[in-house]
Amino acid sequence: MSVAQLPDVIIPNPSFRSRVEETCGERVSDCFQCEKCTNGCPLVFAMDIAPHKIIRAVQLGLKDEVLNSDTIWVCVSCETCTTRCPNDIDIAHVMDSLRQMSQREGVRASQPKIPLFHKAFLGSIKRFGRVHEGEMAATYMLKAGGVKELMGMAGMGMDMFKKGKVKLLPHCPNKQVKDIFRATEIKG
Amino acid sequence: MKVSLYPGCSLAGLAKSYLESAEAVSKKLGVELQELKDWTCCGASSAHVTNDKLAISLAARNLGIADRAGMDLVVPCAACFHRLKTADKHLRQGKPVVGMDNKYKGDFNIKSLPNFFWEDVGEKGFTDKIKNPLKALNPVCYYGCLTLRPPEITDARNPEDPQEMDNILRSLGANVKDWSFKADCCGGSLTLTRPDLHMKLTQKILDMALEAGADCIAVACPMCHENLDSKQAEISAEAGKPYNIPIFYFTELIGLAFGDPSVEKWLSRHVVDPRPLLAEKSLLQVQVRS
Repeated sequence: MSVAQLPDVIIPNPSFRSRVEETCGERVSDCFQCEKCTNGCPLVFAMDIAPHKIIRAVQLGLKDEVLNSDTIWVCVSCETCTTRCPNDIDIAHVMDSLRQMSQREGVRASQPKIPLFHKAFLGSIKRFGRVHEGEMAATYMLKAGGVKELMGMAGMGMDMFKKGKVKLLPHCPNKQVKDIFRATEIKG
Repeated sequence: MKVSLYPGCSLAGLAKSYLESAEAVSKKLGVELQELKDWTCCGASSAHVTNDKLAISLAARNLGIADRAGMDLVVPCAACFHRLKTADKHLRQGKPVVGMDNKYKGDFNIKSLPNFFWEDVGEKGFTDKIKNPLKALNPVCYYGCLTLRPPEITDARNPEDPQEMDNILRSLGANVKDWSFKADCCGGSLTLTRPDLHMKLTQKILDMALEAGADCIAVACPMCHENLDSKQAEISAEAGKPYNIPIFYFTELIGLAFGDPSVEKWLSRHVVDPRPLLAEKSLLQVQVRS
């Protein structure tokens, strides 16, 4: 699963760092590697590059390693790192920006199912204004694993339906929400 | 007392019991929850990982509606709370937001449900209504991530050791246990994409609750509830030891203490059936009789 390896010899390149700092408005340069982010991270065991090393890699300009890492996708946005950073770097927001950059640049996500899930989720909002959980989960399963995965989920869906936890019909489409999607769409 | 309510998408489906119990106990507490008219999704975890502007705008649209209503906005879902607070800070700093004009007055507070109940309704509101004290119950309160962190967004007073749910359940007679995992993460948005990771985090939370001597867990977030409640059979199979810990929405426990007749209906939707525990503690029979 682990795809990203940090090289032994690094020639620093500030352009990636500047771009990240401009995109997210966080001063990544302020990091002095205290490792509080990594020590508090509940998902560090599943990451290939620990959070403090991601920040260091951004400082050094290791764009490919960062954008190809599992880390940026496995991060679940629990905000523990952001809360504890002594330099006030919103690390969870930096992770958001890195994910956005990787998608925009067409990098094949090392955890491809995760961006597929977000796409299915946003698709549901765009269509109905509110997320319809059943429709969203089915769309995601179909895209992530095909009919087999979808059928695997059918049993779970049926149990939830019997318990009255599935809303039958989606909400009505909302024009303002569609306008927001259109107006914030990133071109190119 | 009248406030605006942003229910969010989960409370209309998966977390129906959270919405119904929140509405029932609010009514008993003399609080009128007025649902925001024509609310739409806040963008949850998917918008902010995809597009910052989209994330702020989807949440801000709802703040525009709340602004016009002019009453404090109560948000039961932790993820919605976080997104709405993030957009609110953005608007208050005067930053431009797609789809919003510049007329945001912001003359209202955004509150999580536990915070609203404890700080605005207050202890007496709860103690006055007790019919069925939760004396025999030993819950731990699990707050998760998004009503707490980061405090610059959430305005949480004590993000590492929150107390609102603990205080409410204690005031209802429960023997609330202290523990150090109340603000840890359950794996939230990885539920469908990396169930292996989310189950690892969930198991740790269940283990720590048991170690603290708890017989159930109280939560205030639809994702936390789903994650902790629905995967215990799978976690048991994987771990080779049984997990069967009831997970309550804290509002269901308030309803139980108030003797609300709908408690059984709310609990019937849970995966881990809490009714045997409540029967054992003589909490449900009292309920059935009343």
